Amino acid sequence: MTDRSIELEVLRYNPETDSEPYWQRYSVPHHHEWVVLDALNHIKENIDPTLNYRWSCHMAVCGSCGMMINGSPKLACKSFMRDYENLIRVEPLAHFPIERDLVTGMDDFVSKLARVKPYLIPKQDKPVEEGEYRQTPAELKRYKQYSMCINCMICYSACPEYGLIPKFLGPAAITLAHRYNLDSRDGGREQRQEEVASGEGVWECTFVGACSEACPKHVDPAGALQQVKIASTIDWFKEQLSSWLK
Amino acid sequence: METIQADIAIIGAGGAGLRAAIAAAEADPHLTIALVSKVYPMRSHTCAAEGGAAGAVKADDSLEHHFNDTVGGGDWLSDQDAVEYFVKEAPRELVQLEHWGCPWNREPDGSVAVRPFGGMEIKRTWFAADKSGFHILHTLYQTSLKYPSIKFYDEFYATDLLVDDGHCRGLTAIEMRSGRMYQFRARAVIIAGGGAGRMFPFSTNGSIKTGDGMALAYRAGVPLKDMEFVQYHPTGLPNTGILLTEGCRGEGGILVNAHGRRYLQDYGLGPETAVGKLVLKTMELGPRDRLSQAFWHEQQKGNTIPTPWGDCVYLDMRHLGEKLIDERLPFVRELATSYLGVDPVKDMVPIRPVVHYMMGGIHTDIRAATPLGGLFAAGECACVSINGANRLGSNSLTELLVFGRRAALSAIEHLNSDAQAGNDAALSAQAQAAQDRIRALFMRPVGTESISGLRREMMDTMELNAGIYRTEKGLAEAAMKLAELRRRYAAGVSLHDKTNVYNTDLLQALELGSMLDCAEALVLSGLARKESRGAHQRLDFTGRDDMNYLKHSLAYYHPSEPPRIDYCKVVVTKSQPGVRNYSGDKK
Repeated sequence: MTDRSIELEVLRYNPETDSEPYWQRYSVPHHHEWVVLDALNHIKENIDPTLNYRWSCHMAVCGSCGMMINGSPKLACKSFMRDYENLIRVEPLAHFPIERDLVTGMDDFVSKLARVKPYLIPKQDKPVEEGEYRQTPAELKRYKQYSMCINCMICYSACPEYGLIPKFLGPAAITLAHRYNLDSRDGGREQRQEEVASGEGVWECTFVGACSEACPKHVDPAGALQQVKIASTIDWFKEQLSSWLK
Repeated sequence: METIQADIAIIGAGGAGLRAAIAAAEADPHLTIALVSKVYPMRSHTCAAEGGAAGAVKADDSLEHHFNDTVGGGDWLSDQDAVEYFVKEAPRELVQLEHWGCPWNREPDGSVAVRPFGGMEIKRTWFAADKSGFHILHTLYQTSLKYPSIKFYDEFYATDLLVDDGHCRGLTAIEMRSGRMYQFRARAVIIAGGGAGRMFPFSTNGSIKTGDGMALAYRAGVPLKDMEFVQYHPTGLPNTGILLTEGCRGEGGILVNAHGRRYLQDYGLGPETAVGKLVLKTMELGPRDRLSQAFWHEQQKGNTIPTPWGDCVYLDMRHLGEKLIDERLPFVRELATSYLGVDPVKDMVPIRPVVHYMMGGIHTDIRAATPLGGLFAAGECACVSINGANRLGSNSLTELLVFGRRAALSAIEHLNSDAQAGNDAALSAQAQAAQDRIRALFMRPVGTESISGLRREMMDTMELNAGIYRTEKGLAEAAMKLAELRRRYAAGVSLHDKTNVYNTDLLQALELGSMLDCAEALVLSGLARKESRGAHQRLDFTGRDDMNYLKHSLAYYHPSEPPRIDYCKVVVTKSQPGVRNYSGDKK
């Protein structure tokens, strides 16, 4: 099955022993259906047990294996070797601190996610005993796409604004806030606006659109952020209008 | 060593662990809850579940139907009091998840939609397209962020339980990012560590599913129950083991062999039904064990299609049409297209049975309590048992919720009754011993045994000898091999990476230890069960034997010997063991 061999250049870094990251080159076999993650696993099992990276599902849903592949943020489990030339460069996701090798720190995202209140704040309380809230297929469709985020951090890595301004809440967190804002069962938008429409929120976004291009799940965070901006602008005008009318 | 105090410590932050954490936080906001997980919660393998979660809510359904399907599906090895509790709690849990925002598919009137699944008389599977587990996990994780009393210890690998005077009082865990070991002192511990499918080479399970939670309890003296029952899912992609949900067949997909012929009617699942006309609980909507066994027979007869990745049959969904596939099975289409280059809208998809789920696990009672005081377990790592000898598809996501919550409520009952504190010196000494064992691994010079080599030998013996059909000879060979591997592991496993930060060489060594223990419990339990029931099929004992084996296997750990196998009673309340009838003309 092996038709050629591929050189994989991996950025290595161990904070205990290295003063700075360095490149290490490995030769791996090429199989038509192999993804870059398979090549990393081949290295880990057969060549170098000291290489470190995250992975689990191998089916693009757990979001663990985001990394830079030839300079673009990708899921290693969905990047096929056959789509690359004979040299592939693999680095940790851009804009995140390296913990070790391809493993990056997640703390920033986790705390930002919690800040936008990514949970249903019901418009109307209803005891569980009374059954489900009604939601039509059309109402479901309004937010469904934005609920597909796997938290893989690829949009943050693609976002030039996040690279410049680390306090920016960022594409995924704002998109998830928007997902709940759009939910027909939810009444929590005002609470989320405190964060989402703040100085660190949606207005940092300059609509480059790189997040949506990079998103492996086609969530379209850029679209979500533009909708949030429009809604926030309308809020502002309404506020102004009501103060003029007083 | 730093000590972290909590009222309840939960090991594992997938569906069951998160549900338990939320239940505890809701029941009493003053409790401190430590949620200890070897991965960030959203990476947990619950995210890979596709098809849905069962709960009887529709007018044509009833708790009794759900009960009967589950007990019969489990070949009467389920504990019926547990199943009764499970089916009663199921609808409430699914509605609760809806109230937390889970994007369940809907009917035009806005009520929740249900789809058919295998082995179910009535359709009752709630679904969020074909990413039900993903949405359940993210809904739970995002909801859990509401509760300040839940403290997340993400990427902490639990190594040992701390036990004093017959009570579990905490655990030790390694923080991956620093390599430091912590001891968690807790008045109750809940294990929700998931399954152990990675002991087999061809599995739908993510790399993290290495039986760590099971091994923790097992080594602390809690028996593993019914470990010989391993579910093969009938429809996995042959090159990767990626799951194609039972929803494919629930929506009308059919299985055909190399000759283009549907074959399930030859194995007691007929008569053949018309393509496009769904008849529940027969043909492709039979239970997973029967369908995977039918594949094996077709393979013996030479009716399968050879592929570079092993023999296959076809899953044909072409008649469903692009619109339905894109609406209800979009992920399946994406997975088959990207990973195999086969588009189910246009082509038949080659598939073969793949290891998917452990029916067995940590022995618990109906309250999710283990025999060890203060220790509870829920989810795939636990065996309550509602799944018996074969789990029905879409019962496991519901099980996470029902018994995740139950474990938390039982843990709180335990807090209220168990006033004594543990012996501090004894617990600290145990924690120190756990740390010393890890240090010894670091100190050991690099030898000839490699982690990946031992793992490969384990996987090979499991695939060869503990698969869909088993024999005395094969299981005995596997038992010998696993005893040898455990010896070699104990004597010779060493680390190439001697540093502390995010050391996955160490992580994989520890995970391999968990898998070897689970594998041995599985094989020894299977060797002792001289009958065929559900997912445990013996070529040398082909019939079910209720006289001798209507009982749960219990495997007890021994540090250097194979486990001791004992048994306990199956709880039978209202359904006497009968014939599992999946023929379409039973009515």
